[in-house]
Amino acid sequence: MATPVLDKVEAESAASPYITVTFRIRRFNPEISAEAVWEDFQLEIDPKERVLDGLHKIKWDVDGTLTFRRSCAHGICGSDAMRINGKNRLACKTLIKDINPEKPITVEPIKGLTVLKDLVVDMEPFFQAYRDVMPFLITKDTNEPTRERFQTAEDRERFDDTTKCILCAACTSSCPVFWNDGQYFGPAAIVNAHRFIFDSRDEAGEQRLEILNDKDGVWRCRTTFNCTDACPRGIEVTKAIQEVKRALITRRF
Amino acid sequence: MKIHKYDTVIVGAGGAGMRAAIEATKRSRTAVLTKLYPTRSHTGAAQGGMAAALANVEEDNWEWHTFDTVKGGDYLVDQDAAEILAKEAIDSVLDLEKMGLPFNRTPDGTIDQRRFGGHSRNHGEAPVRRSCYAADRTGHMILQTLYQNCVKEGVEFFNEFYVLDQLITEIDGVKHSAGVVAYELATGEIHIFQAKAVIYASGGTGKFFKVTSNAHTLTGDGQAAVYRRGLPLEDMEFFQFHPTGIWRMGILLTEGARGEGGILRNKDGERFMEKYAPVMKDLASRDVVSRSIYTEIREGRGCGPEGDHVYLDLTHLPPEQLDAKLPDITEFARTYLGIEPYTDPIPIQPTAHYAMGGIPTNVEGEVLSDNTTVVPGLYAAGEVACVSVHGANRLGTNSLLDINVFGRRAGIAAAEYSAKADYVELPEDPAEQVVAQVEQLRASTGTERVAEIRRELQECMDANVMVFRTEQTIKTAVEKIAELRERYRNVSIQDKGRRFNTDLLEAIELGNLLDLAEVMAVSALARKESRGGHYREDYPNRDDVNFMRHTMAYREVGDDGTESIRLDYKPVVQTRYQPMERKY
Repeated sequence: MATPVLDKVEAESAASPYITVTFRIRRFNPEISAEAVWEDFQLEIDPKERVLDGLHKIKWDVDGTLTFRRSCAHGICGSDAMRINGKNRLACKTLIKDINPEKPITVEPIKGLTVLKDLVVDMEPFFQAYRDVMPFLITKDTNEPTRERFQTAEDRERFDDTTKCILCAACTSSCPVFWNDGQYFGPAAIVNAHRFIFDSRDEAGEQRLEILNDKDGVWRCRTTFNCTDACPRGIEVTKAIQEVKRALITRRF
Repeated sequence: MKIHKYDTVIVGAGGAGMRAAIEATKRSRTAVLTKLYPTRSHTGAAQGGMAAALANVEEDNWEWHTFDTVKGGDYLVDQDAAEILAKEAIDSVLDLEKMGLPFNRTPDGTIDQRRFGGHSRNHGEAPVRRSCYAADRTGHMILQTLYQNCVKEGVEFFNEFYVLDQLITEIDGVKHSAGVVAYELATGEIHIFQAKAVIYASGGTGKFFKVTSNAHTLTGDGQAAVYRRGLPLEDMEFFQFHPTGIWRMGILLTEGARGEGGILRNKDGERFMEKYAPVMKDLASRDVVSRSIYTEIREGRGCGPEGDHVYLDLTHLPPEQLDAKLPDITEFARTYLGIEPYTDPIPIQPTAHYAMGGIPTNVEGEVLSDNTTVVPGLYAAGEVACVSVHGANRLGTNSLLDINVFGRRAGIAAAEYSAKADYVELPEDPAEQVVAQVEQLRASTGTERVAEIRRELQECMDANVMVFRTEQTIKTAVEKIAELRERYRNVSIQDKGRRFNTDLLEAIELGNLLDLAEVMAVSALARKESRGGHYREDYPNRDDVNFMRHTMAYREVGDDGTESIRLDYKPVVQTRYQPMERKY
């Protein structure tokens, strides 16, 4: 059992770990002003802490009006997608040390969805697009099996990547097509359609493909790969979209 | 103020709430009120699996599962409920598969199963493969699958609606549920939901601890709402500390890691669990493993310069196995600790994880107002409830099971009740209490800060009522909580607005945590024995003569307005199994 790496980490943490960083946050509260403004906060923080920890320090100790969504704080619930230093990330999965803390850290709401207050956006259009792809297993069984349906490990693996989606909207709100035209389904909805189209148990692939064949469907994708870069779950989003496009052409999936 | 009328209202949209919603929506006009978007719920953080004796990979049966659950709960489990849990587990897993859940598969194409703590073959002979799983994101897949099926069924959600009060109307001396009062986060508006049936499925209360696997939002809102209305809370002294939280952060690393062969080691590299649990070793029940870890730490065999943690060692497992079976938790180690689990062990410590206690219910999910009386129209399921299938210590994989079995039962029972019942008249001025609470907080010019009181509460709870407790530490906690409750009356917030006022929300949540922390400490002080997750160093043995019974805590308000807690006790339901010494 090797331990040297860890001991080094621990030795470092024993010394005073704090550094001073500036959080530059996009503030907006229509109860106060129609304009959004940048506001700077300086704080002492351990660079191994998360951006979310920094936001909490501000909210709890400096300015209680700072508003953002968060819940699990470890990258599973998908509440705290935001634009950090110009890139979509989860605040709870981004460590201060990894985002150049010598310069001000900018934090803005994700783009393409209406900002309601500070970092909180209206998620309803995003979830509507998700619901529109019929994100549930559809089978034509008239007699349900008494036991589980069979699925080979290979068939299960076929759609494994897209089952990881946590609906955080980091992908959809990083997509230039979505910014310009909110009608586009966006990567997250296509990822969730993919999860069912390529599930060997599902029998509504054709229906889902027709939905995505729409003018606001997969063909709007310009393969900029922003979505793949933004996904905090490491899903190969652009690849999934390409697979759906290919399935539309070949009608094989 | 808006008034809504529904047959059935469900509070919370995690696993239990959505499983209930799928049933209730088919049978009655149903609304789900949830303070988070449904897919944000903490069911999604569960990792390792869901127990069911499918016997897909080796011999198993529900009776063995029942026994393990009763033994795991240190015989405080109501055995009739445990039997239902284990029997209905099988259909529960098959239902989820039919709803679309992508379980991992065996080479034959059936649902794969793996080992988990406390689950054994033939009453403790050896570990058994009983946990049905989807990599190490089983909870995520359950939450997603249930949400998908809610979309399919057209379940009506009120997202970011925060339930602050339970409405009770007495009819002929019997408390009936009349509905709930909710606060809409987006607008600050107060809503009254009149309902024939209300189901609480609002989750746990782990945020009164500092090192916890729980989400920031797990603040015991449902427990607090009914407790303040004079209904009891059961077995609140029993809280589970999961053995493997990431050191200092508390982020959960699944027991499935040990199910896959992971080993706990002290600073000498010793596999110390062999000393404490010769048969089950690293897969003993969670209370046993957490105590063993702290024993190692206290006796100077902890790791690191401060000797305050131990290692979870996965380095002997093939990287392909880690990638396939434990991708998320290995990623957590890389992201949050900068450690590569292929080659380096992961520093861990026990983390506050799960409330065994909660709102007492019978096996239909009906809430009790004393040891036997049902509150007509009021239901609870999941971590908020205490049915009691977990007794003094829950087995891993039994909570994802609990939410599915008892979420479904509560959903059906509530909808069947609301189909035949009439609306109960709302109390006069039903929103009075909530309006007063919200206005008082908005107007307060007090000098106390929410964050400071919460910090002190969490530090006090970690120091005094965690894995090891004594009369003295619990008394320290009781006194500190009383002080914090007094200071809370003088708390103020900075955000006075109506729109998305999370400052206000956090203040209300802190009030809930303080009330429940007090119930926990007072219940723990009175239980002068050690059982499951409640370990008293001054009473290290289980005492079946005096304490083989559930604690029932009631809030009492005197004529002069002073609050106190009255403790009563409820017998344990025993059917098949007599208490035995618990060894792993």
